[in-house]
Amino acid sequence: MAIHTLAVLVENSPGVLARVASLFSRRGYNIDSLAVGPTENPKVSRMTIVLNLEGHALDQVNAQLFKLVNVIGISEMKPAESLQRELLLVKVANTPKSVELSKKFGAKFIEANGVLEVEAVGERAEIEKFLTELKAVGIKELVQSGVVAMEKGATTLADRTLTTMGTANQSNQDNSTADYQN
Amino acid sequence: MSEKITGAQSLVKALEQTGVDVMFGIPGGAILPAYDPIFDSKIRHILVRHEQGAGHAATGYAQVTGKVGVCIATSGPGATNLVTPLADAQMDSVPIVAITGQVPGPAIGTDAFQEADIRGVTMPITKHNYLITNPDEIPNAIAEAFYIARTGRPGPVLVDIAKDALQMKTEFKYPSNLNLAGYNPVVNPDLKMVQQAAQLICESKKPVLYIGGGIIKANASAELMQLAELINAPVVTTLMARGAFPDSHRLHLGMPGMHGTVAAVTALQKADLLITLGARFDDRVTGKLSSFATKAKVIHADIDPAEIGKNRHADVPLIGDLKNILKALIPTVKSELAKNKPDLTSWWQEVDSWRNRFPLGFDEPADGSLSPQYVIKRIGEISGPDAIFAAGVGQHQMWASQFINYEKPRTWLNSGGLGTMGYAVPAAMGAKVGAPNQTVWAIDGDGCFQMTNQELVTCALNNIPIKVAVINNESLGMVRQWQTLFYNQRYSNTDLHSKRVPDFKLLAEAMGCVGMRCESKADVDKTIEAAMAINDRPVVVDFNVHRDAMVWPMVAAGTSNDEITVARSMAPVWDSQEL
Repeated sequence: MAIHTLAVLVENSPGVLARVASLFSRRGYNIDSLAVGPTENPKVSRMTIVLNLEGHALDQVNAQLFKLVNVIGISEMKPAESLQRELLLVKVANTPKSVELSKKFGAKFIEANGVLEVEAVGERAEIEKFLTELKAVGIKELVQSGVVAMEKGATTLADRTLTTMGTANQSNQDNSTADYQN
Repeated sequence: MSEKITGAQSLVKALEQTGVDVMFGIPGGAILPAYDPIFDSKIRHILVRHEQGAGHAATGYAQVTGKVGVCIATSGPGATNLVTPLADAQMDSVPIVAITGQVPGPAIGTDAFQEADIRGVTMPITKHNYLITNPDEIPNAIAEAFYIARTGRPGPVLVDIAKDALQMKTEFKYPSNLNLAGYNPVVNPDLKMVQQAAQLICESKKPVLYIGGGIIKANASAELMQLAELINAPVVTTLMARGAFPDSHRLHLGMPGMHGTVAAVTALQKADLLITLGARFDDRVTGKLSSFATKAKVIHADIDPAEIGKNRHADVPLIGDLKNILKALIPTVKSELAKNKPDLTSWWQEVDSWRNRFPLGFDEPADGSLSPQYVIKRIGEISGPDAIFAAGVGQHQMWASQFINYEKPRTWLNSGGLGTMGYAVPAAMGAKVGAPNQTVWAIDGDGCFQMTNQELVTCALNNIPIKVAVINNESLGMVRQWQTLFYNQRYSNTDLHSKRVPDFKLLAEAMGCVGMRCESKADVDKTIEAAMAINDRPVVVDFNVHRDAMVWPMVAAGTSNDEITVARSMAPVWDSQEL
């Protein structure tokens, strides 16, 4: 099991999610989660893709992904160097145990019509641990956002990847693009 | 302010400004607005008989000229008929642009008449594609499509345009520069890597230049020649690279792979260094990957970073345009050679012994019937080194690769990656349009020919005098060969009866071509010469050949290249020290 988290900047254009999904499906790369949303730049969207790579090299995945014309930049979010968060919404039975667990994991909760609506934000491992313990109480419904990740510190992904964003022309733009080429 | 024109006029103006001189297509409802300004355009439009023919013709044109080939079709079935040629061009990295009409914007997604989501369909088989619903975006999409198709690793780009976008008024504005944030192909190699490659080359005792189709795409044959002669290494050219290096050259061992020469296959297996230029370690070349060239270090030069390490680890990757890579590599190797010149004498002794003991050859059929290899060999010899050959897929394709000598790049066209039966006739048509002064032969099989021969009508009506050799063994020959070897001679559904039906001679004549038939060895030369003498019409020659001829040598699919057989159940007899 090799889990990698990729932050991918893509042009905000129709079909781009389908292109990424189609590529992963066609090449047999397993996606654990994929979250996509807008960024500080309205022309650019950002995906956070958690991959379970068994038998595929990360370099190869990056290179294939980067071949998509709408993909602007890719950077691996290493656990120690990035903030990684996932949102969990879950309905469980409203019992003292479920309230206790929610408090223990720092989750927000509302009691409503005999159920407890719980909202938790955290790192993947914490969320999974919380879920395991909640299972004993009885989960009625759950939904997870997938991981979103951001590099720690002052450097932004756009700094890393968009510095040469601009015109395509005949001249060679060395090191213009993704991390993996450097 | 410039005057308002329709989206369709804007499209045609954009195509003209991009430099398109010919396109292949068929009109239909959704693309119809575009055909009105096409009627007035200086761009030559060739009306094909099936959209697949338009796609392969665009490919043939692109392969011969190095320019972007263009095909055009309507929505729905017109567009889906382009799927095979697009997939074909994607696999063989051929720069083509397909323009398709789409149902009007408001109808998209309603399952309208002749609606197909061709952008969705072709996403995995194009380099990039577009769906345009705003007429103002047409010129930019066209400019981008051509730029993406021809730069970096070339490939097909599809531009799908909604019918109402073609009808609406717009202002024509051709972009002066393109804004493609995510597309910047690396063209110049990392010089540190070039230095490392030069060092490996000068340390190698058993180098092989493993040449792929990328050399032809990069127009780098002259540079390849310089490097090969400089380092005096054996050269092998893959199916896509035939013609990249002259077959007559002393360094050339021929084609590697499943039906490669013993010398080429074995040289790769025993090499200590593969200098891989624009090749991609395809399974048809490597055989069982884990047993391929196990002792070799790998220099892998390619414009596509995703090819590096995809199938085989590269010790030294060189990413960039092959011409630039070679221009940087040659002087670096020269200065390294001044310090350290490896002695390749014993390597050449080994290589030459394989080459001398196991030349390509074939047996004449015992029953006196015509040998397909002989026919193909004579077509090559009589037509000469400037002729262009387009093959279908199967036995005849392998024989055309093996028994025709290719001396120049862009004289050999075939469907290497996708293996598209039916490629030959339309590709030859496109090739002849691109190179009207060269002889163009389609070397086709009787199975392949029956898939796309309708384009001979197009050829006859548009003064595209190609020549077609139908290597008629009345069967799906390569499949039959596998049935012979691996399925106990159970010939399930491979017998085409095509010596009885259809009558290819009459069929050719019905389509406005000259039809000929040849059944004996004695008639081969004069038939070919008669075909060569006709230049005002297409010619089809039905060569009735022996049906049980097989392609040798052969490495069975999924096995090691060490298990190459030179004839049925006949492994090469190696000297003991070679094993």
